[in-house]
Amino acid sequence: MTNQTVSPPLLPWENKPLTKGFSRWRRHLPAYLFVFPYVLVMLAFGLGPGLYALLISFADFSTGVPIYFAAGFKNYLAVFNDFRFSFTLGNITEFLVISVPLGIAMVVVLAILLQMRPGRLTTALRTLYFISGAVTGPVLVLVAIFMLDPSISPFQALLKGMGFELLNDVIYSDTLPVLFTLLGFFSGAGLWIAIQYGALEAIPKELLEAATIDGCNAWQKVLHIKIPLIRPYIIYQFILIFAGNVQLFVEPQILGGGNNLGVGGNVPMVWSPNQLAYNFAFEMGNFGAASALSLMLLVVGLGAAYLIIRWTGFFNIKT
Amino acid sequence: MSKSDNRRPDFHSTFLQRWRYFWMKNVGDTGVLGFILRWGVLLLFALYFLVPILWLVLATSKNAPQLLELKPLAFGSFERIWEAWHRIIAYQNGEVLLWFSNSVKYAIWALVLSLAASIPAGYILAVARFPGRHLVLWLTLITMLLPPSALVLPMFMELNLFHLVNTQWAVILPSAFFPFGTYLTYIYYASSLPPELLDAARVDGCSEAELFWYIALPLASPLLGLLAFINFTTNWNNFFGPYVLLNNNKLFNLPVGIQQFVTATSALRPGFNPSPGIMVGYQQAEAALFGLIMVVPVAIVFLIAQRYVIGGAFTGSVKG
Repeated sequence: MTNQTVSPPLLPWENKPLTKGFSRWRRHLPAYLFVFPYVLVMLAFGLGPGLYALLISFADFSTGVPIYFAAGFKNYLAVFNDFRFSFTLGNITEFLVISVPLGIAMVVVLAILLQMRPGRLTTALRTLYFISGAVTGPVLVLVAIFMLDPSISPFQALLKGMGFELLNDVIYSDTLPVLFTLLGFFSGAGLWIAIQYGALEAIPKELLEAATIDGCNAWQKVLHIKIPLIRPYIIYQFILIFAGNVQLFVEPQILGGGNNLGVGGNVPMVWSPNQLAYNFAFEMGNFGAASALSLMLLVVGLGAAYLIIRWTGFFNIKT
Repeated sequence: MSKSDNRRPDFHSTFLQRWRYFWMKNVGDTGVLGFILRWGVLLLFALYFLVPILWLVLATSKNAPQLLELKPLAFGSFERIWEAWHRIIAYQNGEVLLWFSNSVKYAIWALVLSLAASIPAGYILAVARFPGRHLVLWLTLITMLLPPSALVLPMFMELNLFHLVNTQWAVILPSAFFPFGTYLTYIYYASSLPPELLDAARVDGCSEAELFWYIALPLASPLLGLLAFINFTTNWNNFFGPYVLLNNNKLFNLPVGIQQFVTATSALRPGFNPSPGIMVGYQQAEAALFGLIMVVPVAIVFLIAQRYVIGGAFTGSVKG
């Protein structure tokens, strides 16, 4: 996961003079055999569905069966005109604004604090931070409901101190972006702390020793050496976290899904754009609008990635 | 300060020397304030990560009134755990065990298929030049940014074409695509497999397949451990795909099963009047135990793969 790639040397079967057509293709046969299964699954379950989504976003589903290219931009307009569109867009924007910078900052801070002076206790802490990554999806929501219920939570003193008495006081529309941030951090931070820790370990020791001799203290080394050097990993994290968080689905879906969770009324059935896409497809039968919305989310994720890559010069593949 | 002051204290060390050693080792150039701040933050987050898991474990031992009355981190009784276990096993005639075995089956199939596809591809992308190599690399980067949930609707329609929706293959086949694994393998070999090693083996008469099998693969064992862990965790927790692509209870994996359990039973609100159709008699302990059944296998796999997962394998250095 470095941002530089090495151009491989020519292999013996590549040194033969270039010929055209079949024999040229055969020269690379071993390489193609190695890469073939992967390309196959990529086409079937990555690119294929992506392109198919593009196709059905222009298809008309009003009769129940798709009529391709019949809808024009009607599906996209249907998404824009849906009364829930701006609501979900506002929700996800608020969630992204809170969760992305805060999540990245805290991960980097924890990785730096752990790696500063490694010892037995920091190793144990690193394992502890990581193990909570085992709690994801529905179990994460389950644990969250328990943790946020002031009547049974181990954090009840804190919750009651903040004036919350019932689960419904804690989980309502204004707190959802913060709650989803806390949930995501609980289950996702460990892996990223491990990645950033690995990046910090890879910084040459001589560099840090030289800084010490020049009179840098530990905090100056963090600010002027460590953070600039792990920047590519921070950007990498930004891209993947942003693309992942745009697609928020499981947490609001489960929280809004059942009245017997004790929070049903406070969490709308459709809170995030990805839920709206799901709703278009499986509640309203409009696969065209669902695809159109999915693609819009995709474009947002890719757009953010592209901007940050251009802005920072990340992914300079020198081959 | 002379060099001997930094020595590890032994039997003859004076108190001052011991103190100085302790100070240098633990505080050093972070300063006293920095020392307090650092451990304050680290331990605060330790609570944030530890307490919910600890609570989940302890909650299985308490019944609903005890959850309210006892201290949140108090222990109830072993009988209650046993009772919760029996109720979970009895839920819909033992469907939980079926879901567990489904989860294991899906995760192992996904692991085998995705590593079999990703690792050879990542390897050859790193060591050989061939037309289309750039294209595969870029497409890998792009598809890596697309979380599976964006593709699930077209995937549904695609699988529907082959009549695979609502079969186990609807979950297994899509998870064979693991671009993250290919990319990490590519970076690993590109940055750390010495080309001379492969050349030497070629001179000795190794075929390309033998090079991969006998040289490249053994060198990548830390990477394999890491990828296996990430892949297993991802697939074990796979919710969105099975949720959309399966509607037969018998095919559910644990994440979909647990969602069904908490919405179909009174487990999270045992004291309230249930809505019609909700199964009563279940308490929080059952839900917590169900959650633990999902968490424990990941924790076990994590402990096995630990030295790869947090041992800095991300930096990808092959010594040899």
